[in-house]
Amino acid sequence: MTAVENIRQTSEGGQEMKPRSEIGARELMREVGAVLRMSEAEAAKLGQLPVDSDEDQTMIINMGPQHPSTHGVLRLMLELQGETVLRCKPIIGYLHTGMEKTGEDLTYLQGGTNVTRMDYLSPLNNELVFSMAVEKLLGIEDDIPERAVWMRMLLSELNRMSSHLLFLATNGMDIGAVSMMLYGWREREEVLRFFQKVTGLRMNHNFIRPGGLAADLPPGWRDDVLEILDMLPPRLEEYDILMTNQPIWRERLQGVGVITASEAMALGTSGPILRSTGVPWDLRRDMPYLKYDQMEFDVIVGSYGDAFDRYAIRLNEVRESMKIVRQILDRMPAGDYRIQNKKVTPPPRGRIDESMEALIHHFKIFTEGFKVPEGEAYVGIESPRGEIGCYIVSDGGPKPYRIHMRAPSFVNIQALPHMMRGGLVADAVAVISSVDPVLGDVDR
Amino acid sequence: MTEVESLHGAPVSWSRGQKVVHPGRSAYVALLKKLLDDGFTMCTDLTAVDYLTHPGRDLPDGVAAERFEVVVNLISIASRERLRVRVQVPESDPTIASAFDLWPGTEAMEREAFDMFGIRFDGHPDLTRILMPEDWEGHPLRKDYAVGRIPVQFKGANS
Repeated sequence: MTAVENIRQTSEGGQEMKPRSEIGARELMREVGAVLRMSEAEAAKLGQLPVDSDEDQTMIINMGPQHPSTHGVLRLMLELQGETVLRCKPIIGYLHTGMEKTGEDLTYLQGGTNVTRMDYLSPLNNELVFSMAVEKLLGIEDDIPERAVWMRMLLSELNRMSSHLLFLATNGMDIGAVSMMLYGWREREEVLRFFQKVTGLRMNHNFIRPGGLAADLPPGWRDDVLEILDMLPPRLEEYDILMTNQPIWRERLQGVGVITASEAMALGTSGPILRSTGVPWDLRRDMPYLKYDQMEFDVIVGSYGDAFDRYAIRLNEVRESMKIVRQILDRMPAGDYRIQNKKVTPPPRGRIDESMEALIHHFKIFTEGFKVPEGEAYVGIESPRGEIGCYIVSDGGPKPYRIHMRAPSFVNIQALPHMMRGGLVADAVAVISSVDPVLGDVDR
Repeated sequence: MTEVESLHGAPVSWSRGQKVVHPGRSAYVALLKKLLDDGFTMCTDLTAVDYLTHPGRDLPDGVAAERFEVVVNLISIASRERLRVRVQVPESDPTIASAFDLWPGTEAMEREAFDMFGIRFDGHPDLTRILMPEDWEGHPLRKDYAVGRIPVQFKGANS
């Protein structure tokens, strides 16, 4: 039996975009309407297109999955008429590794190593949301020591900076400002060097854990953070000269990939994409977690909903994050970096040498894990890409019964067909880049 | 016994301080429509849970537990509120109406739930697999789908 026959045998059908001759007008209308939310009149007009004569002039091409501008393994099927994009369908799953299924087989302590690899550009935010969901199920979310909360906020904001710096680098590269690629990675590396000093790893830290953090900040951390804060502002000004105020850059991005506020909300997008349409929605301010309600910072919004707004929002969010980090430096309290709750906290290293009970406790917690009371909870926080959420169902055992991550990139990427429709194929790259998808987060 | 709280005729429960509504399967889309009119303009998340090996869970009176559960997370930007909707879906007939007409953004999420759990969404414009290959057999996040069980993955390919 050939592969094609085999596929036809399954009831699900192909995932690809079908040529117009194979789909009826109604299906075409729904397919485009699936992301468009167009008016009835507009949709009806589309349904009456002279399908056959059109078909001669359009072609369906594949972009990706292996393409430098697709940020990994994103595949887009584009229907083109000349250079105009008529339809677009993102096809994903090339990086799917079943992490939600894996998560059901890992204890709550091991779970961090799994979720941190999903959105690999903001690993600390993944760990944070996972830890917060577990703490909510345990009912200890209000007992986390002050210092741990402030440390979490510090790391989360630094992570936002590193993620946005990487976006600026790849955005520049995609549009053709190749030197930006080097500058952005250079600055991001400074932040990652700090992460390495604190957590031991540049990425995939597993540092924020249920109950607190894995370790305290190392000596001299304050100077390291100050060094980053002093180094960045002049560099960001260089970016402004290189990109923001440069006519070619503006020409390339302004008016490209436009989306309106109501469309962005109907599609469920969040983060810079939603804010670029003028909706001031930032979970840090609107549904505060950690200590964000005590922080002084601005929520950056755009007004046109185009690729330039999304670029400018991220650039300025780096500045806002720096503001927050400075406030954290001023107010970082002394104290414990993890909760002293025997249930979730392993005993200190020194105790293990002295006490048999501590040794057993340590062994039990790392082999068996701790039990989490039955129930379900959803926690959502603001990651650099939008709302990252963690939904955990516990059956009372030491492993989650079901763990689901609400991935911001997965939802945001579904706005691509809408942003691209009617645009030029050359702008497709700018649009993908402005959504800033992380394919590890999309496919999980 | 206290009176059961309800919202638009569906029982409400509180889980760790979070508000959860439990509509019946037939009232599901009608309830979502009312919630949308109430200001829940964003559907942030839609997923499913397979309760095959954990049948006895807390549900409000009048809600019969079934094998599958579709979980929808909504956000109201105006009132800065979250709301969760949990619907029971029986194993014998795993279908439920699609929320696509209310929030087109649920298109991909429903496809993911279909791909992973085999729950069919009536009225969905393009219900195909999204993460797994299209000739994959079975639905991986079901509890009776074992971890590490590797069937012949890409049939028809010359090995």
